[in-house]
Amino acid sequence: MTAIELTVNGRVVRETVEPRLLLTDFLRHRLGLTGTHVGCEHGVCGACTVMLDGASVRGCCVLAVQADGCSVETVESLAGNGPLTALQESFRRHHALQCGFCTPGILMAATDLLARTTPTRAEIVDLLSGHLCRCTGYTPIVDAIEACVESARARSGGT
Amino acid sequence: MGVAIEHETWVGRSPARVEDDALLRGEGRFMDDLEPVPHAWHAAIVRSQLAHAHVSVDATAARELEGVAGVVTGEDVARLSRPFPAAIDSPTPHYATAVGTARYVGEPLAVVVARDRYLAEDAAELVAVDYEPLDPVVDPAAAEPIHERRFHYGDVDDAMARAALVVRTTFRVPRWTGLPVECYGVVCDWDEAAGRLTAWANFQGPFTLHGVAAAALGLRGDRLRVLTPPDSGGSFGVKAAVLGYVVLLGLASRALGVPVRWTEDRLEHLAGSSASTGRITEVEAGFAVDGELLALRYDALEDVGAYVRAPEPATLYRMHGSLAGAYRVRNVAARNRLVLTNTIPSGLNRGFGGPQLYYGLERTMAIAARRLGLDPAEVARRNLVRADEMPYRTPSGALYDSGDYEACLDRALDASGYRELRATADRARADGRLVGVGLACVVEPSISNMGYITLAQTAVERAGTLPKSGNAEGASVAVDPLGGITVRLGTTPQGQGHRTVAAQVVADELGCTPEDVSVLAELDTATTPWTVASGNYSSRFSGVGVGAVRAAARKVREKADAIREHLGEPEASLRRVAGTAHWSPESLPDGMEPGLTAIAFHSTPNLDPPDAEDRVASSGAHGVIVDVCAVEIDRGTGAVTVTDYVSVHDAGTLLHPALAEGQVLGGFAHGVGAALFERHGYDEDGNPTTASLVDYVTPTAPDIPRLTVEHLESPSPFTALGAKGLGEGTTMSAPVAIANAVADALGRDDVELPLTAPRVWELANSARDTVSRTQDPPPARGEGDEE
Repeated sequence: MTAIELTVNGRVVRETVEPRLLLTDFLRHRLGLTGTHVGCEHGVCGACTVMLDGASVRGCCVLAVQADGCSVETVESLAGNGPLTALQESFRRHHALQCGFCTPGILMAATDLLARTTPTRAEIVDLLSGHLCRCTGYTPIVDAIEACVESARARSGGT
Repeated sequence: MGVAIEHETWVGRSPARVEDDALLRGEGRFMDDLEPVPHAWHAAIVRSQLAHAHVSVDATAARELEGVAGVVTGEDVARLSRPFPAAIDSPTPHYATAVGTARYVGEPLAVVVARDRYLAEDAAELVAVDYEPLDPVVDPAAAEPIHERRFHYGDVDDAMARAALVVRTTFRVPRWTGLPVECYGVVCDWDEAAGRLTAWANFQGPFTLHGVAAAALGLRGDRLRVLTPPDSGGSFGVKAAVLGYVVLLGLASRALGVPVRWTEDRLEHLAGSSASTGRITEVEAGFAVDGELLALRYDALEDVGAYVRAPEPATLYRMHGSLAGAYRVRNVAARNRLVLTNTIPSGLNRGFGGPQLYYGLERTMAIAARRLGLDPAEVARRNLVRADEMPYRTPSGALYDSGDYEACLDRALDASGYRELRATADRARADGRLVGVGLACVVEPSISNMGYITLAQTAVERAGTLPKSGNAEGASVAVDPLGGITVRLGTTPQGQGHRTVAAQVVADELGCTPEDVSVLAELDTATTPWTVASGNYSSRFSGVGVGAVRAAARKVREKADAIREHLGEPEASLRRVAGTAHWSPESLPDGMEPGLTAIAFHSTPNLDPPDAEDRVASSGAHGVIVDVCAVEIDRGTGAVTVTDYVSVHDAGTLLHPALAEGQVLGGFAHGVGAALFERHGYDEDGNPTTASLVDYVTPTAPDIPRLTVEHLESPSPFTALGAKGLGEGTTMSAPVAIANAVADALGRDDVELPLTAPRVWELANSARDTVSRTQDPPPARGEGDEE
């Protein structure tokens, strides 16, 4: 067993874990943060995407001990108890989710993308090549993220 | 979109979904998120690594590991349970695990139960399995059929003899999966004192399978309480089969005396959950020189995998009323045969029999058009059921409810710029490029008749059993003393937005807003109004699910109105009325029950049992879809790019247009996956070759073409609000529309699903088959190509 200390959604967490414990299982079953979903456990579906020290990663391909000393953010951090973020609102407006199982991972990856760049539609589509959604056919998700880019651009007065 | 209608109702508008807020915050409640029983133990399942073998299991070492509650093996399963019943006799009894003989890679052999999942998997590694290999059967064509039925409507021989052209082609449709992103999850808690199993599972119905599970467990219906979670991460039919694991984990809970939980992992899911059937169909079709389809004859060989698992052989019969598709042909024959192979068992899967049927029928229509030197669109037009024939009884018994199929065709041709697409493709091919155009016209049935499966029996056999018919659903609407409205559904959604639509329907009945209505989607067999037909399949919600909700709400409204009248307060609020119904029964009209809760059940009309001539109205409502697509093939790589895709739907009244659009987009994505990428692959020894998501390739965003969707709205006269199902149709139409376009681009008919780049490259760079694009007068009678 290994003692780890990390920051999860702004809160310092100290736990003792088996070295083989996946970060996803740690978040879901140790901390009760069940918003992070598990779809394949081999890094393909993207449902488990979380932020690790500010970069989106597959939670199922990270061990909890590897997150020792790191900052982890999950979907629960986006809105907290407050209003939905602009991205979440855009997902709702564009019907970019149906069952909602893949949604947290896509929200985290898109939040990361939007924080780093002003993506084109093609770049949004490219981002989503790392995520499986079996309900929406993807187009509404692309629309939702693109609309966020557009409204951010409008707010900043850009063209 | 269709004709603009001013909506004064909530139904027909697209309010925001009530489901979304929690899901976007990560506050959905999916199966693995729940801890409905404290201190549940965790299961890991030992699975067969061979496709066919005698197996003996030694769990001694696993049982001795600290933290292990115990191990349940096939011997225990055989002792404690019975085989799952199915609609036809099978030579291989199917239990919750292999009993003595394993019949596919991934079949459960034993369940290990331990303090946590990691420990359970450690212990599973310690279970020793001794395999005595047997010869596997992987190719359905090499298997011995276990079921055969023949059907004949009209006079096929006579019509075929009159045909100017007879096309005979063999088509193979591979097996694929709806692949929900959430895998199966189950929690089982056996109560020894009560003799009752309580099971939580992300089950999707049909609740016929509740009876199947209860029979396997040897329990009365009330002793198997099944509850579904508030949220379920997709299903597309696939999660019907989770009920087999309710039996397995229920047996483990019973045998070991502890509550047990299990969440399937993806590798287990791909190897052992459920897949569509595979089908080899020889289609023989006779045409007049003007393109009129005179006769159709199917010879179908259905691969259901290792066992006939209920509700199979339903995939073979779900489309039975629609054997002639969207066409007027009256002479139709079919032979249905079923085989077992040492592969994953089949089950519900989006489209359920539609992709298998329409691949053969619509490829045949395209092949015939080319042979006749006619445009496929004009051949379709020549044959489509006409608007003035509605409601139209098909030769095999379906009652097509409404629609103007030719208008849909025209809309699709207009919206796609069909003539220009064809001209562009001709020019591109003249320049040496591989560009083609494909068409598909399909009827999308919804609301399955519970009796259609009895077509697997002869009329004489059926006469000795009780009839099955209809498709009933239940719902309740309760008004509490404060006037709050709570609705319960029996339709177990997995993302389709049933709660949103139910709130719209109730708001219209009770004169409130959808925000005033709380809808619970989680089903509890002990407390929810449900029927054997309940669940989320055959796109039945918008027909019977909504019908039950409206009927319950209407009962509440009528009672509330009676109370208002009795009180002499015609404008009394629902809260005032509910307060009276709860608080003051003495103030109610004489003889009226107190309270303000209604339960209602609803079924679609016209769904009789099969008749003596084997005709059956297999579904309650029928939409129509006309798809036009264009593709370009990269001769260097074989990659198929869908450059244009138009899908015109008439699914009757749209209850929530944005959700309807979502269903079409999702169904399209599944169809594109089946067309271009997806199949369950096995090597000759029965080892899965698509065992992980690295190898089982399903579309991501860059793979999905732009789709133009248009809707016409011909209300169904047979459903409560005129709506028909529309969640599965594009999964039925897209594989064959794309295949038709690829065949057109290549100028050859020996295409086969999935149209992967390597396979298409072979076709694009090998000797052409016998097809010539500009064939002179059609041959008097021609033998077809082998696909």
